[in-house]
Amino acid sequence: MSYIKKPAARHPKLKVNSLGLTIRDYEGSMSTLCAGCGHDSVTAALVQAFFELEVEPHRLAKLSGIGCSSKTPAYFVSEAHGFNAVHGRMPAVAAGANAAHRDLLYVGISGDGDSLSIGLGQFCHAIRRNVNMLYVLENNGVYGLTKGQFSASADIGSTSKGGVANQQRPIDPVNTALSLGATFVARSFSGDKDQLIPILKAGLSHSGFAFVDVISPCVTFNDHQGSTKSYAHTRSHMHEVIETDFVPLRTEITTEYSEGSVQGITMHDGSVVKLHKVADEYDPTDRRAVLDYLADVGSRGEIATGLLYLEEAGVDMHGFENTVDGPLVEIPFADLCPGSKGLEEVQKEWQ
Amino acid sequence: MARESDYGVNDLGLKIATVNGTGSASANGLLLQALFRMGIPVSGKNVFPSNIQGLPTWYEVRVNKDGYTARSPNFQLVIAMNPESYARDIEEVVSGGWILYDNTRELDDEFRRDDVTFLGIPLADMCVEHFQGSRIRILMKNITYVGALVALLDIDMDVVKGMLQEKFASKQHLMDANFTAIELGYTYALEHFDCPLPIRLEAMDKTKDCVMVTGNAAAALGCVYAGATVGAWYPITPATSVMDGFTEYCRRFRVDPDTGKNNFCILQAEDELAAAGMVIGAGWMGARAFSPTAGPGISLMSEFIGLAYYAEVPCVFFNIQRTGPSTGMPTRTQQGDLMLCAYASHGDTKHIVLFPADPKECFEFSVQAFDLAERFQTPTFVVSDLDIGMNDWMIPKLEWDDSFVPDRGKVLAADELEKVENFHRYLDLDGDHITARTLPGVHPKGAYFTRGSGHDKYGRYTEDSDAYVEVMDRILAKVESAADHVPAPEIFETDGGKSVGVVSVGGCHWAVLEARDALAAEGIEIDYLRIRGFPFSQAVEQFLEDHGTVIVIEQNRDEQLKNLILLETSCAKEKLQSVRYYGGQPLSKVHVIEGVTPFLTREPMEVSQ
Repeated sequence: MSYIKKPAARHPKLKVNSLGLTIRDYEGSMSTLCAGCGHDSVTAALVQAFFELEVEPHRLAKLSGIGCSSKTPAYFVSEAHGFNAVHGRMPAVAAGANAAHRDLLYVGISGDGDSLSIGLGQFCHAIRRNVNMLYVLENNGVYGLTKGQFSASADIGSTSKGGVANQQRPIDPVNTALSLGATFVARSFSGDKDQLIPILKAGLSHSGFAFVDVISPCVTFNDHQGSTKSYAHTRSHMHEVIETDFVPLRTEITTEYSEGSVQGITMHDGSVVKLHKVADEYDPTDRRAVLDYLADVGSRGEIATGLLYLEEAGVDMHGFENTVDGPLVEIPFADLCPGSKGLEEVQKEWQ
Repeated sequence: MARESDYGVNDLGLKIATVNGTGSASANGLLLQALFRMGIPVSGKNVFPSNIQGLPTWYEVRVNKDGYTARSPNFQLVIAMNPESYARDIEEVVSGGWILYDNTRELDDEFRRDDVTFLGIPLADMCVEHFQGSRIRILMKNITYVGALVALLDIDMDVVKGMLQEKFASKQHLMDANFTAIELGYTYALEHFDCPLPIRLEAMDKTKDCVMVTGNAAAALGCVYAGATVGAWYPITPATSVMDGFTEYCRRFRVDPDTGKNNFCILQAEDELAAAGMVIGAGWMGARAFSPTAGPGISLMSEFIGLAYYAEVPCVFFNIQRTGPSTGMPTRTQQGDLMLCAYASHGDTKHIVLFPADPKECFEFSVQAFDLAERFQTPTFVVSDLDIGMNDWMIPKLEWDDSFVPDRGKVLAADELEKVENFHRYLDLDGDHITARTLPGVHPKGAYFTRGSGHDKYGRYTEDSDAYVEVMDRILAKVESAADHVPAPEIFETDGGKSVGVVSVGGCHWAVLEARDALAAEGIEIDYLRIRGFPFSQAVEQFLEDHGTVIVIEQNRDEQLKNLILLETSCAKEKLQSVRYYGGQPLSKVHVIEGVTPFLTREPMEVSQ
């Protein structure tokens, strides 16, 4: 029933952004996910981020694969173009779309089954290719639509609803992304909007592949005692490494920031991400140090969260491919076809 | 078996047996091009192993004054350069023919035949004597046999030397070595053999309006001319050279002179699944996008192809067929993916498929495929094969009409969307089964959700039976309506009766044409239809109806074209006969004549009317 229209009623005092849009204009159709699903909170955070970043809805392309998480693009920004791809293959569609039209804002929503099992290859290669997009992995450790099988992110010892403990080693998407050279790696929690929204905004401003792993509990199949992806477990084991402030270009232009535990990084679009470090020795621009730190946190059974790694000067897919600055789709045919003269020229070599 | 009297000027099958990775390809290319420049119709077929270096490889050259370019039915001359394959190579030459070999090491008696002439040249010794370094000696051995052929076949030496000068203009030392090698072979042959042989060549003027090119290069150029900007692929034999060609022509024509940046984007994907996804993503954005692959790639892409079919996203796939199933024989040709492409993906699907028969059609169909994909908003396949794609073909010069305007189909622009009250992606407003689409980023009113899950005509998710069926029925009608827009069949009819007709497809064409002429010379006339597009048009249906017996000639085991005809036309099963060759070599007229003869002799009276 995702096409039931939400009531158009709008509070007269709703805040309006510079495009004349209210937050309601960034909503989508009614969610059909279970009441209390973490994914709906992620959707709400995305809506807030788009509104605050004043994104033009039709300049946004939202993509997903298959699964509960992949239903969510229907639930935000109705006036954006959406693409629900096949299971685990959203990154390829995003890469092809971005190759054709680099001026749109790309958001991909995936899940742990979609990204870490059937689509692990595509996830890895999207990182290598550094496709300019925000990639949100709504991570709940379980397959919901097929009723509760473990996913590849389930921790050893984490139990299913029926009490069976998972024995296989998990694939940690943050670790994977870091070791593959991702330029923006974050982890957050669907239950922590204050942390999540600035991270999403920073990810949308990042030039390159911005990866956000969001622990997003499944209330129906994986929110019980014994699960390491439940609300309670995540809340009690969260270890916030970095607090993120996102400062849009318009508000404040500050390029240098290094006062004690605060590190400022200027994004490609001129906005600034301020990282407040909880631990002084943590350096979110040192990939090896981040990996070591996360290994320590993980070995204590804690879940490190925050914008964990950021590198703003990376080369993205278009940089690798040396494509023109504008969208390929806007190049007139006359500039693409070499015409009869060109054909004559080529065929001289065929004689 | 050929007799001495069969030999004539400019009618020759020549087979060169070498070891792969020894540089024989450039020597063979030199030979082929020299004959072409002498104005003689010629074709080359490369029979190569799936290997980088060290295994037997063959190159077949056919010279035919009448312009027949199908695989040579026999070989009068074999250049046996590979001792490992001596036995089969020597056996392959016709009685009365010639075998040129390297007698640095004399032939074992077991290989001797007394009905052929052995022409021994101490190629290795000569190269050791005249060249320094093992690599150059190996390379020049090949050029030396070309030199011998110049004398033996009376090839125009000026043409050969002119080509070497062009090729090595900037590499004097290589030019010198090549000249030495050519002269060595030439002089040795003149001094030791009775040159030229009866199978000699003579300059003609039959190639001046022609070019020599592979189907894959022509298809790649077609993509450039169609305005394709995104190509995604995973390397696979025999389709790799499509993307190599696209890259080459894009670098030539598509680099912005001011910025040095590319008006194209070529993505080497992690696998064919990703390649298909990229093409669909780009098609969704409104770019003309394609992926070249072979059968294994189509198998992997199938899930995505179903999405593009159901969500109606334009995209173009090239299937350069190779021998299946599974890995099969990757360097051998076949037409084993006809069914696969016609119905790729699970659920009810049917696709537009174009079947080129030579590089000229590879170019033309490539351009047309993008028009069809966008007009009908559906995956479109260009189904070629290894023989067409990778071998050198002589074709009439390609032409381009500068007034060409691509058919982008129904795409609503911003000003059109402005006037629309509500846009519905899958609503058929004019009854032609094709619904207007919008492109992302153009206008807020154009937004819709592209999905492979059940949707109604408004583009909304649905699990409602009637709403689902309504969309599925329209899509079927849409694809079937493409029958009038795919390339029409090529029909060769005789004045005689209409009892026997032959139907074929793709690269079979040239062997069928040659066989048909040979049969006509014996007084047996057959009508012939070559299918060039799917879904089948009314003309195909009519031909089937007009003929009492229809013999379907194709290169696969399972009679795929015949079965496609049975499924998609009203033709009676009893009417259809099948001639199949699926051993992996290109078809020759021998296969065709042997195949159709039993069906012809059954009704001799009707046939000869």
